[in-house]
Amino acid sequence: MAVVLETRNLMKHFGALAVANDVSLTVEQGARHALIGPNGAGKTTLVNLLTGALAPNAGHVILEGVDITGEPQHRRVARGLARTFQVNQLFPGMTPLESVALSVAQQRGATGHWWPRLARDGEAINEAAELLDRLRLLDCAHKPTKTLPYGRQRMLEIALALALHPRVLLLDEPAAGVPEDESVELYASLAELPQTVAVLLIEHDMDLVFRFARHITVLVAGSILVEGSPEEISADARVREVYLGEADHG
Amino acid sequence: MTADYKLRYAPEADRLKAAASWRPPEVAFWLLAVAAYFLLPRHLVLLSRVAVMGLFALSLDLILGYAGIISLGHAAFFGLGGYAAGILAQHGWGEPLSGLVVGGLVAALLGFATSFLVLRGSDLTRLMVTLGICLMLFEVANKIRWLTGGADGLQGISLWPILGIWSFDLYGRTAYGYSIIVLFLIFLLARRVIHSPYGLALRGIKENERRMHALGTPVVRRLVVAYTMAAGMAGLAGALLTQTTQFVSLDVLSFGKSAEVLLILVLGGSGTLYGGLIGSLALIVAQYLLSGISPEYWQFWIGIAFIALVFLARGGLMGLAQGALALLHARWHGRETPSRG
Amino acid sequence: MLTVLFDGIASGALLFLLALGLSITLGIMNFVNLAHGAFAMSGGYVAVVLLNRWGVPFLYCLPVAFVVPALAGVVLERTLYVRLYNANPLDQVLFTIGIVFASMATASYFMGSQHQIIQVPPFLHGQFHVLAGFDIGIYRLFLLGLCGLIALFLHLVLMRTRFGSQLRAAVDNGRIARGLGINVNRLFAITFGMGSGLAGLGGALGIEILNLDPVFPVKFLVYFLIVVAVGGTGTVSGPLAAALILGIFDVAGKYYISQIGAFIIYAVMIVVLIWRPQGLFGRRAVH
Repeated sequence: MAVVLETRNLMKHFGALAVANDVSLTVEQGARHALIGPNGAGKTTLVNLLTGALAPNAGHVILEGVDITGEPQHRRVARGLARTFQVNQLFPGMTPLESVALSVAQQRGATGHWWPRLARDGEAINEAAELLDRLRLLDCAHKPTKTLPYGRQRMLEIALALALHPRVLLLDEPAAGVPEDESVELYASLAELPQTVAVLLIEHDMDLVFRFARHITVLVAGSILVEGSPEEISADARVREVYLGEADHG
Repeated sequence: MTADYKLRYAPEADRLKAAASWRPPEVAFWLLAVAAYFLLPRHLVLLSRVAVMGLFALSLDLILGYAGIISLGHAAFFGLGGYAAGILAQHGWGEPLSGLVVGGLVAALLGFATSFLVLRGSDLTRLMVTLGICLMLFEVANKIRWLTGGADGLQGISLWPILGIWSFDLYGRTAYGYSIIVLFLIFLLARRVIHSPYGLALRGIKENERRMHALGTPVVRRLVVAYTMAAGMAGLAGALLTQTTQFVSLDVLSFGKSAEVLLILVLGGSGTLYGGLIGSLALIVAQYLLSGISPEYWQFWIGIAFIALVFLARGGLMGLAQGALALLHARWHGRETPSRG
Repeated sequence: MLTVLFDGIASGALLFLLALGLSITLGIMNFVNLAHGAFAMSGGYVAVVLLNRWGVPFLYCLPVAFVVPALAGVVLERTLYVRLYNANPLDQVLFTIGIVFASMATASYFMGSQHQIIQVPPFLHGQFHVLAGFDIGIYRLFLLGLCGLIALFLHLVLMRTRFGSQLRAAVDNGRIARGLGINVNRLFAITFGMGSGLAGLGGALGIEILNLDPVFPVKFLVYFLIVVAVGGTGTVSGPLAAALILGIFDVAGKYYISQIGAFIIYAVMIVVLIWRPQGLFGRRAVH
């Protein structure tokens, strides 16, 4: 399977604290790859390093064979790397339709154009509405985002990323904070993600991880502890210890 | 995805189109503006000022209400445009339209040049830089009195007739017509920008800049364009003021001016396109009606107005109007209180 | 030349006193108090009234010039400012501009718009002639000494007392500080009061040097902002160093290159911003 995203010896430290310690990770085409680990392991930091929100101290990030280590965020997105945030980063005053339309417009490179009328761009609106429909958000398409229940906001968070036509999608704890009754829709939507998109999922919800992932990487204190299939990982004693140890601390 | 434009989601598209279309109150507003020419012939000088300050406030709305950049020194561009047009006229070139364009361009240039400083750093540094640049320009204008006339202002500005036909008269008829037309044209431009993909991106930047980065938007680039545009528009307003009053002095570059336009915008309601225009009308008319009171009283109540706006009516007059309309709408449709959201 | 340097340092020390409160308010409450200069101005006017109308000796005016703005600050903070701590920056800007205008108008109404003139006590007149070209003005020396003592005192309070460590905790992370049981509201009130009081004291000390008139809060606002932006928040030494640098450049600039001297501070501001957008001494990026 072709490698679509990889890091080579990625290092990031804040003072004496190494949050990413020689991380070499590969994500394959069409992957369903989960990244797990205890709190503070550096998972979100890794996402920030991958997207360019944070610059590494050493190492490389390679997307589809191209070294993107020095590139700014917007360039990486244009290359097909999209992410969602652990805490919703949405547009509270805008409606879901407007938000997704914005994402679509950005993907088409239209956000620099101040002359054309957005409301006349039938294709873009179509695409936005279709995406909302697919994620079961169409019925609230015209309500301000801040009035939406949390689970739906979480879906909108994913919609924004999907509108960018990503080739690699980084999902940072999509299930975080989603109440029980709304998580079914979330799981379904994740299952429906196109097979052409490689997905790197960061999660604490083990239910979701084992249901979704075909490959799991375990990150502890900035370093990769072990990688493998879900069966291998759940049987691995070291992993159990890490999580058992975490359970001890409540 | 269909290759043709067939809209499968027509209701959604219609909803967006409706939001962007001209509504009756808007049309009424502009018709009234035209009507004022005939109905209020003795107040056209005042109304010209309303139009000028309205344009100035509109330019601030672009960066404040839509892009979310707080500026304490927007008068820098207003004043620069005003002086550019004034100096041009004073040195013999009294053609109004070209003077107007020069004012706008010079201000836009300054806006572009300073945008990199303004957009770096935090809200705090932004306040500092915008204030600093305005103060600096004020000092410069004060110092080079051989060019600017210093505290006395520029004298001897006389303008040729617009397009050779309409000369500036004492009653302000030409001035008003000129101001309203320029205001309307720039307003149309601003309206177009707001309803474009770029306009939506600006709103996105204001609501959640971090998200915009993650969407792949070159945020700084977008803001530079907005800031430059706003600067140019403010410059046009300044040039317009100089041309319609045939005078310009240091006051146009003062902090007081920057604060005045901020008040006007917030009074009217930022982020609504009309807020600046309504606010300008309200404030200047109030100033006119209360012109007897001492400057200290005026300044004091302006201060109280700022504070009151923050705690009581953040949406300004437009916000109050929209709230009232929603209330009426709900009553009309038989509900006690309007449903929120 | 040394005289100019000394004057610059004294000027910087005064600026430090004036601007420190703004740095504190920003660091702890994350609130840009543009009205800070109004408290400074009020301290100055209090001193003028005491000195000129009631004949109170200069040195006794100083504590009052501290206390009155401090009290005013606490009252305003508890009633109005506190409601805006989580408001968006625009609201904070509008509110504080409102206070500035109201205070300027009040000052103008009661005290007139001219520069205030006071008689500094005789023992603070004159200067020491140390070397050729180096005169130390006594008043400026007094200023420097007083500010230095206050700076030292504040530094010790911040670094060595429990109150100080609570303060630093609140600067670093207000939420966690609250979780640790630190009475953050009381902290805010006290520090806001102190900052305003210091500003008032600075205003009184600076009547002669800085020209006290109703436009004071706006005239010096940009100076204060530069000190805070360059010096950062959360320390005493940051704003001190920034104020000293600014004072020296300002005085030297006005003396040596009188034509463009007033622009030196703007140049300093721009240079620092280009070089270090987060300020020279900022311990953390200002939001």
